[in-house]
Amino acid sequence: MNFKLKDIVPQLVTVLAVVLVFGFFTYNAQVNMENRGIDFGYGFLSQESSFDVQFSLIEYDGSHSYFRAYLVGLLNTILVSVIGIIFATILGVIVGIARLSPNYLINQFAAFYVEFFRNIPLLLQIFFWYFAALRALPLPQDAEPMFGVTYLTIKGLFVPAFIWQNFNIFFYSLVAAIIAIIVIRTHAKKVQETHGKQIPVLLISLGLILILPLLSFLFGGVRLSFEVPVLKQLATTSFIYEGGVSLPPELIALTLSLSLYTATFIAECVRAGIQGVGKGQKEAAASIGLTPNQVLKLVVMPQALRIIIPPTTNQYLNLTKNSSLAAAIAYPDLVLVFAGTALMQTGKAIEIVSITMFTYLSLSVSISILMNWYNKKIAITEK
Amino acid sequence: MSKINFLKPDKTNLNTFLYLGSFLFFISVLDVSLNSFFNLNITNFLPGFLSFLLPLILGFIGLYFIRIELSGNKHLDLLNKNINTNNFNAVLSLLIIFIIIKSIPPILSWFYVDASFAGDSKDVCTGSGACWTYIKVWMRRFMYGMYPNAEQWRINLSFIALALLGSVGYFATDRFKKYLTLYYVVIYPFIAFLFIFFFISGGPVFFDFSYGIIAAILSIIVGFFIPNKFKFYYFLIVPFGLYILLKYFIFYEELIELGKLEGLNWVETGAWGGLSLTFIISFFCLIFCFPIGMAFALGRRSGFPLIRYISVGFIEFWRGVPLITVLFMSAVMFPMFLPEDFFIDKLVRAIIAISLFEAAYVAEVIRGGLQALPRGQYEAAKSLGMGYWKMHIFVILPQALKLVIPGIANTFLALVKDTPLIFVVGLLEIVGMLNLAKTNPEWLGFAMEGYVFAAIIFWIICYAMSKYSYNLEQKYKTDR
Repeated sequence: MNFKLKDIVPQLVTVLAVVLVFGFFTYNAQVNMENRGIDFGYGFLSQESSFDVQFSLIEYDGSHSYFRAYLVGLLNTILVSVIGIIFATILGVIVGIARLSPNYLINQFAAFYVEFFRNIPLLLQIFFWYFAALRALPLPQDAEPMFGVTYLTIKGLFVPAFIWQNFNIFFYSLVAAIIAIIVIRTHAKKVQETHGKQIPVLLISLGLILILPLLSFLFGGVRLSFEVPVLKQLATTSFIYEGGVSLPPELIALTLSLSLYTATFIAECVRAGIQGVGKGQKEAAASIGLTPNQVLKLVVMPQALRIIIPPTTNQYLNLTKNSSLAAAIAYPDLVLVFAGTALMQTGKAIEIVSITMFTYLSLSVSISILMNWYNKKIAITEK
Repeated sequence: MSKINFLKPDKTNLNTFLYLGSFLFFISVLDVSLNSFFNLNITNFLPGFLSFLLPLILGFIGLYFIRIELSGNKHLDLLNKNINTNNFNAVLSLLIIFIIIKSIPPILSWFYVDASFAGDSKDVCTGSGACWTYIKVWMRRFMYGMYPNAEQWRINLSFIALALLGSVGYFATDRFKKYLTLYYVVIYPFIAFLFIFFFISGGPVFFDFSYGIIAAILSIIVGFFIPNKFKFYYFLIVPFGLYILLKYFIFYEELIELGKLEGLNWVETGAWGGLSLTFIISFFCLIFCFPIGMAFALGRRSGFPLIRYISVGFIEFWRGVPLITVLFMSAVMFPMFLPEDFFIDKLVRAIIAISLFEAAYVAEVIRGGLQALPRGQYEAAKSLGMGYWKMHIFVILPQALKLVIPGIANTFLALVKDTPLIFVVGLLEIVGMLNLAKTNPEWLGFAMEGYVFAAIIFWIICYAMSKYSYNLEQKYKTDR
């Protein structure tokens, strides 16, 4: 009995404390809301929002509901995170490998980049790009075209839009190519395990992914044309480009700073991962006659990835969460649209902040579940 | 002279290749340098495209010529090994050298040559360089925010006093080393709080009792350094004596009322700002988040399932949400959770929010250290008959914390870098002040200078912290 009591009492005390704190908060919230005449509920989500959003991926204006505004914000957040993750990964891997280069200049340059960008607050970098660097760009009417069709101006980046005909056929051909590649890869692996023969998977995959879509152009009736941005005069001194895709300067500043900042951390993960593979592994691989490329592909990378992936996942999560700094430069992400404008209009602080937090929480949890699954898949299975 | 094979430089014609290669390399660097420093193009007789690429081609050929293995020349070998191992590396090295040469003149001219330093109005900033006058004029605002100019000595004095009190550890003799942990974990934060709350914030409260308390605490600290012989009597008499003397015999209140002594003006936290606020927030969050994080790290590894679940929930919740929404919560949602007449200052709310947020990260870092310890350490401690707390305080935590010094330093760095986010609750530290100054109609158009200035400050702070953590790591590294 004594033994059990010793186990139960601390737990009971902790739970009691937590329940008391929550109870206290809930009670106060109820009293406060009653006093101020606010009612609690998520019904406002279906009401008309009556505010506009600058940049949205789906059709949206003031007549849509708050829930639609929430979706607009969420999609903008995801857009910025995905672009940021792609650029940060590319840059981070390059810099991480460059830090291990035997070339003194290259590794010092990479080290300088890492030390420079990771020691400056992200918010400051966002402000720098948005308020200082991008403000130095030319006005739309003075902008010089890049490659003839792309304009980088103070009002954003204007690039040609793709106009597809029979896009679905092209898409199906792409899917077919990917499925074929997966089949060939598994087959090649089986052949190698049973017969020891190697099939040039990379070449076949490249060929498939190029040729199948190309065939869809030739025989499937797929057509691709471009809509080029054209300068249009709004007022005597105000110009804007019309047509094509326009990326607002907020989005550019945000992705630029997010990827430059996160890339430094990814670079460190990559460096640690490659350094973490024992020297003996490389020597052993070389001594059984593998070429340097094979050593890298079959021995070093599989082991390095195991070290690289968990911390890199953390960095992806950080990038996603850091994208909420968008609110500081008025990029309409989840925080600005929903926890900013919608909260101001409805005054439903508890509901809106809780939805926002829950959204970020589920984004984080889903990324980490995905990455845990991948991590488990590639983990060493020891006997 | 034997025949020179241009396609394959080798040792037999070392000097010829060396001179030829160095000459070509020199020409290419000279071309780029002239172009960048004096805006001269010595190759403009060539077509534009070729003139642009010529330095690269010349440099590449030059480096190819001097790439001779085992030349016998020590410096040449070193050079080849470091920047010139193969064609690809040679091109990259050249590109980096050219980028450096190209970027020096514009940066230098912006920073120094064309920059304006003198004067105190916008009119002096006519050059194409930076306008450091802007920083000079706004310096006080960037450092102290809206804190009244006449009262800024209070911030300076507090920071100097706290820095001195913080450096006690370096001067303590061996005998007092064992008290240092107690001092830094309990006494020092308390003194810092008193300083900030009563001295920087000011107000009449200061004179009610805190002179006495501060004097008593200071005398206790001094007491640790006096000889053992007098210690007992010292502790018996001096602190209480000082307190009672200051509280009841020197009648500050009466003196203030009579106008003979002026009290400190109360400065509300909304007026605090600038770099000093960054320091204040970082300092307190750092102090608070560490014990909270440690408690949750232990909770997550506890044997009691309920405590473990609560800890996991806490940690995962704070790690899953961005700091900006946490601050939003502290700004708009938290007041709803408190009794109506209960008011918490927004600076305190921000500090609580950031501390809880960073505590979750600290907890995960410490958990990593706890997991990295071999089971044998736990078992050995238990077999000596140690209980849970004794085992953790004397055996487990000292080792685990030693292991996670880099991780904790990274978390603290992240904390310092996160402080600008307090703009969400309406507090303006240095980045916030920059944004305010930028919109001042008299000083429009100097955003770049401001951000560069703040970036330099933050960079120095963060770089120094990371170097310090590296030193700590080396110092406490023990073989196991």
